[in-house]
Amino acid sequence: MNPFRYERARDAASAVATLVGSPNAAFLGGGTNLVDLMKLGVATPDLLVDVARLRFDRVEATPDGGVRIGAAVRNSDLAADATIRGRYPVLAQALLSGASGQLRNLATTGGNLLQRTRCVYFQDVSTPCNKREPGSGCSAREGYQRYMAILGASPACIATHPSDMAVALAALDAVVRVQGPDGERGIPLAEFYRLPADEPQRDTVLGHGELITAVDLPAMPFAARSRYRKVRDRASYAFALISVAAALDVADGDVRDVRIALGGVAHAPWRARRAEEALRGAPATEASFRRAIDAELSAAQPLPGNAFKVPLARNTVVSTLLDLTGELR
Amino acid sequence: MTAVDTRLVPRAIGAPLSRLDGPDKVTGAARYAFEQPVGEPAYLYPVQATIAAGRITRIDTGAAEKEPGVLAVLTHENAPRLASTDDAELAILQSDAVAYRGQFIGGVVAETSEIARHAAGLVRVQYEEHPHDVDLRADRDDLYKPEKVNPGLETDTADGDVDGALASAAVTLDETYTTAMYHNNPMEPHTTVAIWDEQGLTLYESTQGVHALRRSVAPVLGLDTERVHVICPHVGGGFGSKGYGHPHVILAAMAAKLTGRAVKLALTRQQMFFLVGYRTPTIQRVRLAADRDGQLTAIVHDVIEQTSRIKEFAEQTAVSTRKMYAAPNRRTSHRLAALDVPVPTWMRAPGECPGMFGPEVAMDELAVACGLDPVELRIRNEPAVDPETGQPFSSRNLVACLREGASRFGWADRDPAPGTRREQGWRIGTGVAASTYPVHRIPGSKATIRVEPGGRYAVLIGAADIGTGTWTTLTQIAADALEVSVDDIALQIGDTALPMASVAGGSSGITCWGSAIVDAAGKLRARLSDEYGGSVPASGLEVTGELPPNPDAERFSMHSFGAQFAEVRVHEDTGEVRVPRLLGVFGVGRIINAKTGRSQLIGGMTMGLSMALHEHSVMDRNLGQVANHDFAEYHIATNADVGSVEAIWLDEDDPYVNPMGSKGIGELGIVGTAAAVANAAYHATGVRVRDLPITLDAFLR
Repeated sequence: MNPFRYERARDAASAVATLVGSPNAAFLGGGTNLVDLMKLGVATPDLLVDVARLRFDRVEATPDGGVRIGAAVRNSDLAADATIRGRYPVLAQALLSGASGQLRNLATTGGNLLQRTRCVYFQDVSTPCNKREPGSGCSAREGYQRYMAILGASPACIATHPSDMAVALAALDAVVRVQGPDGERGIPLAEFYRLPADEPQRDTVLGHGELITAVDLPAMPFAARSRYRKVRDRASYAFALISVAAALDVADGDVRDVRIALGGVAHAPWRARRAEEALRGAPATEASFRRAIDAELSAAQPLPGNAFKVPLARNTVVSTLLDLTGELR
Repeated sequence: MTAVDTRLVPRAIGAPLSRLDGPDKVTGAARYAFEQPVGEPAYLYPVQATIAAGRITRIDTGAAEKEPGVLAVLTHENAPRLASTDDAELAILQSDAVAYRGQFIGGVVAETSEIARHAAGLVRVQYEEHPHDVDLRADRDDLYKPEKVNPGLETDTADGDVDGALASAAVTLDETYTTAMYHNNPMEPHTTVAIWDEQGLTLYESTQGVHALRRSVAPVLGLDTERVHVICPHVGGGFGSKGYGHPHVILAAMAAKLTGRAVKLALTRQQMFFLVGYRTPTIQRVRLAADRDGQLTAIVHDVIEQTSRIKEFAEQTAVSTRKMYAAPNRRTSHRLAALDVPVPTWMRAPGECPGMFGPEVAMDELAVACGLDPVELRIRNEPAVDPETGQPFSSRNLVACLREGASRFGWADRDPAPGTRREQGWRIGTGVAASTYPVHRIPGSKATIRVEPGGRYAVLIGAADIGTGTWTTLTQIAADALEVSVDDIALQIGDTALPMASVAGGSSGITCWGSAIVDAAGKLRARLSDEYGGSVPASGLEVTGELPPNPDAERFSMHSFGAQFAEVRVHEDTGEVRVPRLLGVFGVGRIINAKTGRSQLIGGMTMGLSMALHEHSVMDRNLGQVANHDFAEYHIATNADVGSVEAIWLDEDDPYVNPMGSKGIGELGIVGTAAAVANAAYHATGVRVRDLPITLDAFLR
């Protein structure tokens, strides 16, 4: 681990100002990912600005029927929040499917959004990795492909985003509230993450010094019937091979509205807009669900080592939507 | 037939005595190697090669040396010369050559572990990289036949007319099965604290055998064995990877020599995937021939596996096939690929564990082909004597284990047709496999017992407790051997200052150490009675006993057997595999401690479940290293993966194995589990998986 300095931020403005003045500084939330990366030599900040104790630690219902989640809210607390459990069960389920109890007690909402890929090559500084060291090459493309992307990858990078929470947020039309040197802004989660293209080192659209202060969830009454289904190589404490966040609104047997996001398939949580389009107005049947997800997955470019993810994603989406429909085979 | 004449009458033996070291462990008072207090320790962090083959052309330590707090930077240019480089695994920093990726090429010693780790990252290395080869394949043209396989067994065997039997059989099977590369991954990392003084070298080491460790490292360092003092009262697991010294011991000893300080080194989890051994992947071709009734006429087990180019370790994967079933015609073979990889080693039941996967799945396939129940198929092929040697078994209760297990597991209700049971989106199946492990006996252990009037019996032996319960079980054995209460025994283990003890390996600990204690106790009691009228003399009395030879070992074939039953669920949509239920029934002689014994068996079965579904060191061909070298990516079964695991043992009386009547239980539990799971997965789905691990992609449609 490189030597570094540590400061505890007094407030958001001073945290932002400190980072603006320190090009190699980083915000520290729960540290459950950043500290690991520092130990591994992957992240080498010279200054950590601790923002975990800023007063962004509340989950508040908003007048429009939505919810504002403070960036410092711990994953465990968010998962246990009664409003979240009632209005957005998909989010609580996603949180509880991630990491371990100990990690969730520390990890923050903002930090969870900013965790970096768990690609084994990214985490090993002795191997080439374009995300860690642009231009050095991608070890994964000809290497261990099981956990790699099937959608939206680039020749430079085939890594996947590891967050479960972010997949649920993608389905829920979340907006990330950010405070930066130029003031505040809101970034829809769908635009928050980047696909790797030729700059895989950039995970998000955030600029240096921009601090996540909250995540806003809009009102979405039908999300009260929503679900997170995570499929992985062991029953606990593993990253998703495929995960599905879905909310479904059915009226008179037809899909009135639907949200679907996929995890484990891309550099970012993957909002399945093509599938959603195909489903709106269609009968809520297995055949419709299958057609819709097939439309989404027609763009998939799997590798030999992860080709199974295509049928796995299809089956998992279909069965999750069927569960939500209440159709039991 | 005469049995071992000093058989113990079990009193303390067999009781579910809680671990005597338990309170110290849960309160943190038990000291593991890294925690041993030493004066002014310095800390060592290794530098590892980032190529898999080639040589170092330049190694620049300037930046590392300039870091405040750095005491020394070791490289091949300044490292002490070793007295012996015969063991190429241990001969580190003696030349510019790199034999495998991750090999030690240096180390930084500093005042804190953080400084050492940081400075190690500042060492700059240039290489001349050579093409490497880490690819284990059956079609390689350079596979070779090792002279022997671990631990000195015949490489190949051939009995009868195998080809004739295969050609004429009513039913034949010819399939290839593979097991993955596995890393031992004990909870406690490999740790060394090295201190030099006038007497020689003291090592606080996490090891499965203090005497075995010093025997492996003393010649490398040019020391008389007696000048290496190894201390290790507690070990957080080893699973074979702490059976003898690995390179970290040498690196720490070098660093302590160079700096004149006590040096502490604990490997990181990531480093443990490069430096302390692993189980070779195996490719097993199994051929079976049988008549229509399932009577085997031939078994062939041909194994291909890997070793390191710099040092041979030949896993004895096919040896269990030589003993298991009554086929008159049998052939086994082992071939190795020598690759640019780290040196493989023992891992819980080397040989039997991977070697009972292929054949026990093949037996399931044969049962299907013959339309026979797989329990019945095994019973039909039960041999009367050891098929390889013709000797009788000292005890063999495989059939009783199968029957008892079938009864307890509810096997009678089983519909043999695969893919017929479904429940809430899950396909459900059950499977069975046999389990076996030899009764090993490693010569050389001694034990001393000392007693003073009114005092407890001090029982001294350099044995190891690697989490198995040795502190408790040897105390129970000593109590029964002396016919006193366990409270009257004060056991000391884990120190080369104590009498010689063999390594905790091959499930041999209780046989070797326990027999030595029984021998010493018998001598002590004889002397007390013959010379002192049955009372302890004022000056006290001390005697030393040893593991006696066992003449019965020449007459009998000695093995444990067991039957493993598994229930498996496979999700219809996702292919996820779950194992809600495992049952193991074992014939293992007498259990010394019902509580720690059960822990050993269910621990082995759980590790077998982990092998069946999860564990897999993925070799990256281009980089020449294991890609998934941490616990986030090398999956070991979590609590959520493990359902009901039940282990029971038969009342097995074996008068020939040793005075305790015990057979050794550390390894048997992992043998056969993966095959039982694979067979159950087939029964659930109709999909036959012949390659481990069994992952969801095998079942997706």
